[in-house]
Amino acid sequence: MAEPLLEARGLRKAFGAVQACDDVELEVAAGELRAVIGPNGAGKTTLISLLAGELAPDAGAIRFQGQDVTAMPAPARAQAGLARSYQITSLFPRFTALQNAVLAVQAKGGHAFRFWRPAMREAELREPALAALARVGLAERADVPVAALAHGEQRQLEIALALATRPKLVLLDEPTAGMSREETQEMVRLLEGLKGELTIVLIEHDMDAVFALAERITVLVYGRPIATGTPTEIRADRAVRAAYLGEETG
Amino acid sequence: MSLLLVLEQLLNGLQFGVMLFLIAAGLTLVLGIMNLVNLAHGSLYMVGAFVCAWVSLQTGSFLLGLLAALPATALVGIAVELLVLRRLYARDHLDQVLATFGLILFFNEGVKIVFGARPLRLDLPEWLSGSVELLPGVPYPAFRLAIIAVGLLVGLFLFWLVARTRLGMLIRAGASNREMVQALGVDIAQLYTLVFGLGAVLAALGGVMAGPIYAVEVGMGEPMLIMVFVVIVIGGIGSIRGAFVGALLVGMTFMLCRAFLPGLFGLFLDPAGAAAVGGALASMAIYILMAAVLIARPRGLFPAHG
Amino acid sequence: MTRSDLVALIGLAGFALFPALAWAGGVLWAVDLASRMLIYGLAALALNLVLGYGGLVSFGHAAFVGAGAYVVAILSFHSMMGGSILGYGGTESGFVAFALAILVSGLLALAIGTLSLKTSGLYFIMITLAFAQMIYYLFISLPDYGGEDGLSLWARSDFGPLDIGDDVVFFYLCLVLVLLFALLKRRLVASRFGWTLMGLRDNERRMCALGTPSFRYRLAAFTLSGAVAGLAGALLANQTEFVSPAFLSWHLSGELLVIVILGGMGTLYGPLAGAVAFLLLEFALKEVTEHWQLALGPILILVVLYARRGLWGLVEGRKDG
Ligand SMILES: Nc1ncnc2c1ncn2[C@@H]1O[C@H](COP(=O)(O)OP(=O)(O)OP(=O)(O)O)[C@@H](O)[C@H]1O
Ligand SMILES: [Mg+2]
Repeated sequence: MAEPLLEARGLRKAFGAVQACDDVELEVAAGELRAVIGPNGAGKTTLISLLAGELAPDAGAIRFQGQDVTAMPAPARAQAGLARSYQITSLFPRFTALQNAVLAVQAKGGHAFRFWRPAMREAELREPALAALARVGLAERADVPVAALAHGEQRQLEIALALATRPKLVLLDEPTAGMSREETQEMVRLLEGLKGELTIVLIEHDMDAVFALAERITVLVYGRPIATGTPTEIRADRAVRAAYLGEETG
Repeated sequence: MSLLLVLEQLLNGLQFGVMLFLIAAGLTLVLGIMNLVNLAHGSLYMVGAFVCAWVSLQTGSFLLGLLAALPATALVGIAVELLVLRRLYARDHLDQVLATFGLILFFNEGVKIVFGARPLRLDLPEWLSGSVELLPGVPYPAFRLAIIAVGLLVGLFLFWLVARTRLGMLIRAGASNREMVQALGVDIAQLYTLVFGLGAVLAALGGVMAGPIYAVEVGMGEPMLIMVFVVIVIGGIGSIRGAFVGALLVGMTFMLCRAFLPGLFGLFLDPAGAAAVGGALASMAIYILMAAVLIARPRGLFPAHG
Repeated sequence: MTRSDLVALIGLAGFALFPALAWAGGVLWAVDLASRMLIYGLAALALNLVLGYGGLVSFGHAAFVGAGAYVVAILSFHSMMGGSILGYGGTESGFVAFALAILVSGLLALAIGTLSLKTSGLYFIMITLAFAQMIYYLFISLPDYGGEDGLSLWARSDFGPLDIGDDVVFFYLCLVLVLLFALLKRRLVASRFGWTLMGLRDNERRMCALGTPSFRYRLAAFTLSGAVAGLAGALLANQTEFVSPAFLSWHLSGELLVIVILGGMGTLYGPLAGAVAFLLLEFALKEVTEHWQLALGPILILVVLYARRGLWGLVEGRKDG
């Protein structure tokens, strides 16, 4: 079998007394859409931050594309093709949607020691940025300042920034957080479109979306992965039903 | 150089250190709890020194000067908190720096108008101006010993206050969770004013101690303030323990370098030149110390929280 | 061309005519004040690059201004008195002295920036202040160069046929340099580098997650800013024909911050407006009372509390980043 694109071995992270990640093992194959679910406070966001390099693990190792990236700082991981989005929208609020996307494209461009040419007029930045906006359905809103975008649109832009870095793998932290039903459905359609093009690790609370999209699901409880499998397997798993759905075992 | 000389300089360092600590303690509390940079803290130190010197001159009593300086400075501090600083808690650090920079200009000029532009003399009463024989043949100025004793006592008091009392608990809780403390029904605004007043009293005490040793003059607060910043950076923002350790480190470094660097430079400079250079280099030494600490611990020796 | 460019252009054109107006009005001495405004404006433009666009509160820019000033003065000193520094003799040549001032201040900024930019927020403010203070004490400790008393220039720097000993010529030199840097900065902040700085200012965490390491860009901006502040220092030494440790004092660092805020932080030309306003205010208050700082202090507090967007905010009407 081919080596997984992303691999975590024995990842641990504690905040004081809280063990947010407890011996997490994760293997994500290239092209897969993997959902990670779990109750509030299960450590999902912490796991993403560890994988993206924003937090340093207390123990364990992370490999990406067969390379050990455990000690690699976040910017370098992004350069290597590992992008993330945030559960709590994290944009550049003073700028327009397009300017946000251009920032993301140029971040991937290697270095920004270019001091003379106006960045916003560079076709090699604008075009991929516009494409990323179009991808998430924001083409019409390119010149609107972030502050004037609706919440749902800001969530779309959140994804656009991650896509604009042309990643091999995206870590999406609850893309539908705070969205209305319609907005959620639109987001699910977007993710369906991305599936196959990119490897995706998706954190999601909306179970309909998870079961519709994911090939495999990992269930995290108190920082521990208690089960991994296809949607059907997960539905049937006793431990999951017990821990996650709050049912009695036996 | 003799061992006794080193001992004397160590004591000088300790004395200077506890003085720095008095000023740093108030500043670091305000920084840690209210997240407020108050450049005018040095002005409170100056006000304390001036009030003490003026009252001593009028009454001939150092003690009366001290007793007047502490409450007077506390009042000035509380007035400043109520009128200006209160509006700055929610602002960013830059706004705080600029507004309190304005306060410094105001205080320097104000003190000049009230007390005159000439430096004031602060004479010690007889019972403090002598010296005490620490070891046979090793006299040490009584006033400096008094500073060390008072400084250490105040230090102990602050540790006790922060670690053991209800006020200290509120202070610590307020530092990490403003809303929580408020939800418990504590008047945060009042708490802040109180802490600020306490900081002002400590600064004034520092000023009173500095008066007889250094000149009581307009602008005396700023060099002190910047040194105290170094103390806080070394110790870690918001930590009383850090302020204490940082202050002693800075005080010792400064005094030892000032005493012994000129001798070192005297080897290849003329004595007058060496003395001038030594003083300035001693000042530089504490910044080099700070840089070294920062390289090893970017958030200071005792990072308070977060 | 934006509205902001237009207003700046009109302002600078007005400035360019100033010597003629001053001559006609019989107040030629005011040209000197105008030069000083330009010099402070240049230093404030430089500070604004890190403060307004980089979001870094440097409380130590006087170190770079002062270092630039001292380079000019020390070279002039050795050229007159003989002797040498690091094996080189002095010079009166403005070309050499100004280039060295830029270089020395830039290197100093590189060194201070390397240490300070490891920290952020409050620590950064206090550390830049402390390092500037260290440079201040360094120059006090050099009795050969006047120690606490400072050093007088024998004459203004020698720019060949351009006699900047003449106040009007000197004024135009300042004006041209300010104009050049304003244009450079205008290009710079719109370039990839400028956008990266602004991105880091607004959301460092996201910039890192997108693949941008923060340290190197901030250091580059800090170094450039320090170098230009050094140029302003070289001009300042020539304007006053005297340098002293006061040029390195925290007071000047504070004034530069005030000027940037007064004019409008993160705006292209605000710092220039701020410099003009600040020096005018200082001049006017000094005319009224010797205790002018008693009024200046509270005015600063009021500006911070109630006019935070600065003068240029009035011109722009809205925030443009
Ligand atoms: N920076 C931090 N400091 C202290 N504790 C933290 C920090 N980040 C997370 N935690 C704690 O770690 C645990 C896991 O948090 P995390 O945000 O990873 O959960 P989550 O699964 O993403 O939850 P949610 O579904 O609410 O987003 C929680 O108990 C949280 O309080
Ligand atoms: Mg989460």
